[in-house]
Amino acid sequence: MRLLRIVPDDTKFDFMQFRRISFPISAILSILAIGLYFFHGLNFGIDFKGGLLLELQSKSETADLSKLRATLSGLEMGEVQLQQFGGPANVLVRIAEQPGGDTAQQAAVQKVRGALGDSYEYRRVEVVGPRVSSELLSYGVVGLGLAIIGILIYLWFRFEWQFALGAMIANVHDIVLTIGFMSITQIDFDLTSIAALLTILGYSLNDTVVIYDRIREMLRRYKKMPMAELLNGAVNQTLSRSVITHVTVTLALLALLLFGGQAIHSFAATMTFGVVLVGTYTSIFIAAPILIYLGVGRGGDALSKPESDKGKKA
Amino acid sequence: MLYFTRWKAAAIVLTALIVCLFAVPNFFPESTVKTWPKWAQRHLVLGLDLQGGAHILLEVDTAAVRKDYLANTLDDVRRVLRDARVGYTGLVVRGNSVEVRMRDDAGYNTALPKLRELSVPLGGLIGSSGQNNLTVTTEAGNLVRLTLGEPAVLDRVRKSVEQSIQIIEKRVNELGTVEPLIQRQGADRILVQVPGLQDTSRLKDILGTTAKLDFRMVDTNNSIEQAVQGRAPPESEVLYSSTEPRTPYLIEKRVVVPGGDLTDAQPGFDQRTTEPIVSFRFNTAGARKFAQATQENVGKPFAIVLDNKVISAPVIREPIIGGSGQISGSFTVQSANDLSILLRAGALPAPLTIIEERTVGPGLGADSIAKGQLSSYVGAALVIIFMFVTYGLFGLFANIAVAINVAMIFGILSLLNATLTLPGIAGIVLTVGIAVDSNVLIYERIREEVRAGRSPINAIDAGFARALATILDSNITTFIAAAVLFYIGTGPVRGFAVTLGIGIITTVFTAFTVTRLIVATWVRWRRPQTVPI
Repeated sequence: MRLLRIVPDDTKFDFMQFRRISFPISAILSILAIGLYFFHGLNFGIDFKGGLLLELQSKSETADLSKLRATLSGLEMGEVQLQQFGGPANVLVRIAEQPGGDTAQQAAVQKVRGALGDSYEYRRVEVVGPRVSSELLSYGVVGLGLAIIGILIYLWFRFEWQFALGAMIANVHDIVLTIGFMSITQIDFDLTSIAALLTILGYSLNDTVVIYDRIREMLRRYKKMPMAELLNGAVNQTLSRSVITHVTVTLALLALLLFGGQAIHSFAATMTFGVVLVGTYTSIFIAAPILIYLGVGRGGDALSKPESDKGKKA
Repeated sequence: MLYFTRWKAAAIVLTALIVCLFAVPNFFPESTVKTWPKWAQRHLVLGLDLQGGAHILLEVDTAAVRKDYLANTLDDVRRVLRDARVGYTGLVVRGNSVEVRMRDDAGYNTALPKLRELSVPLGGLIGSSGQNNLTVTTEAGNLVRLTLGEPAVLDRVRKSVEQSIQIIEKRVNELGTVEPLIQRQGADRILVQVPGLQDTSRLKDILGTTAKLDFRMVDTNNSIEQAVQGRAPPESEVLYSSTEPRTPYLIEKRVVVPGGDLTDAQPGFDQRTTEPIVSFRFNTAGARKFAQATQENVGKPFAIVLDNKVISAPVIREPIIGGSGQISGSFTVQSANDLSILLRAGALPAPLTIIEERTVGPGLGADSIAKGQLSSYVGAALVIIFMFVTYGLFGLFANIAVAINVAMIFGILSLLNATLTLPGIAGIVLTVGIAVDSNVLIYERIREEVRAGRSPINAIDAGFARALATILDSNITTFIAAAVLFYIGTGPVRGFAVTLGIGIITTVFTAFTVTRLIVATWVRWRRPQTVPI
């Protein structure tokens, strides 16, 4: 059987040369993403903004959106968003947080239930009060920070500080671009998005670590090779693995995106963007070449461990 | 790398097998599993997003606890001063303190040591923090101020949460729900999860009612009209009826029999009017107090007050000495039933506020399960086909390893009685994608070693040796992310963190043992001259 070779065996693409294009592109994209965050904003979901979210299914064939809108606006509860999804009978209703604290949110649900009566089935009801939503937001932000710091410390122990710093820059780059994506698409930004961001972080680092591992190995083996050439070698040698792994993760994500349904759609979309598009690009075009500037040392630790150290185990 | 001692190989196979076996109960109906030995009954729990149900987060009203504490302190001060026969003016709650001004120096000197006795150490003898609940200070003009300390409030809140949990358990269990989960969250919160519950309005009513029931006398000596205009006598207050139209009553503040003296409450029907009622029974102390009060007040009305609303205010026709009675007051069958549930369970020590509610109907849950299944089958199939096309026989090995990996994830999840949520399923699908990465790393390394001119067995050996270090490094980073997610997340998101984290552990395990064992066995069996990857 002839096996698939996605990346030819002796690929020698000059990735390091490409940094003169990739670094400016990344810088521009990052600035754009930050700009988007500040001027276009994120579409905060109920977790972080508080309020009501109801998934209704009309008991008749189709939901009468205009009538529903009229009924709900009649309750004078501020901003009400209706969105049809899934089928003609299904409507997603979002109602902004009601003034008056936690009890006001509960009162609002009662009002909606009273106004709609028996004509709809309540497939999902979520009510988040102001205190819970602000806590969830701070948990999310703190969590992202903690994860980055935790991973940094680990990398610092396992590698040298230059690697940890390079990985962190790559990390922040991933998160910034993904947040830009969430701003453009106006995907609901909620706890699931934080989960997506953390997973993107983990996977992107996974990739970066594989390349860094190879760089470290080559640093020990080829003591005189110019840095750019060495980094190029490491990226090229791991390229086949990077591509194949990304194909498998993409396949899994595509299945989630296409068949996972509404509930995890935004999660799958964010993950697909972050892991498939950004993550791979970052490890190859940012995380590896940036080591040139960070001045990875060949002295000290790296020198003291001779190559035979690895060879013995093999 | 490719050599396994016999016992080591056996240990690996046995570990994988046992872990996988723990997943077995999930494939049998619950009724069958119940007949198995206890240790074999562990199984996955479907999250509320998959099986439908209600998630309600309640918070103890700290402000109400503080207010209540201050009101009790005020009562204590009044009692102490009355017992000591000390005259005073201006007994009030001001901010976080109770203030009282004695009429004269003699009274001040008598009262001060007695008032100081009200200040007691927190937490009893054990675990005493050395702090007192109240700080007693004095000011010129015979003023004594008792200030409530924040630790005392927090202590009371903590106790309220504990008591509330017990009471809520009784209440929710009476609703006849299946396996409700009631647990403390943080310092002042209670999480209630009821699987399969559709209509949450009744649950919320039951959770949101304090159910503080008192029997008090109606004040017939003063005018209700004047009282409504704000001139109520100090020993009485205006309370309104629980039903529309809201009728005002002037009720004495003194409680004749507190609700805590009730031992039983049952819904029923009045024999004459056939209207729904709640019948109740007092304990001995309550019965005695009630008998005495009804004997002294024949012909006068008394009031049954629930959460500061008057349910009914009947006139005492004859002394009630049997210690039991009935409440009638425009009940429906359901409200009579609910009230008796609340009365049997007892009153909450402090009001609870619902601060978060998430309910999923069974229809949506079933849809989510179907979609989760479909996407995992499609995802797994795509990955399996791709691996086979890319690596042939070794791809098949990888696929076997992934299958064992997924079975082990389910085994561990069952062993932990973990909750499977929709994002959790996504986590498993992603694990499938990422689990083959370990195989990809190993195989690519083997390809490289072959290109470097090593013999097949040497190449395979070196491939494993070099790739495993990388696998460990790269998976630990994702594991850190999963751990953080587990820590910060709740509900479905936490479910994702659990499957992702467990997936990483099983992935590393299978890469280090199962895959290696499969390849090693194959190498010993076939003695390959070329590596087919």
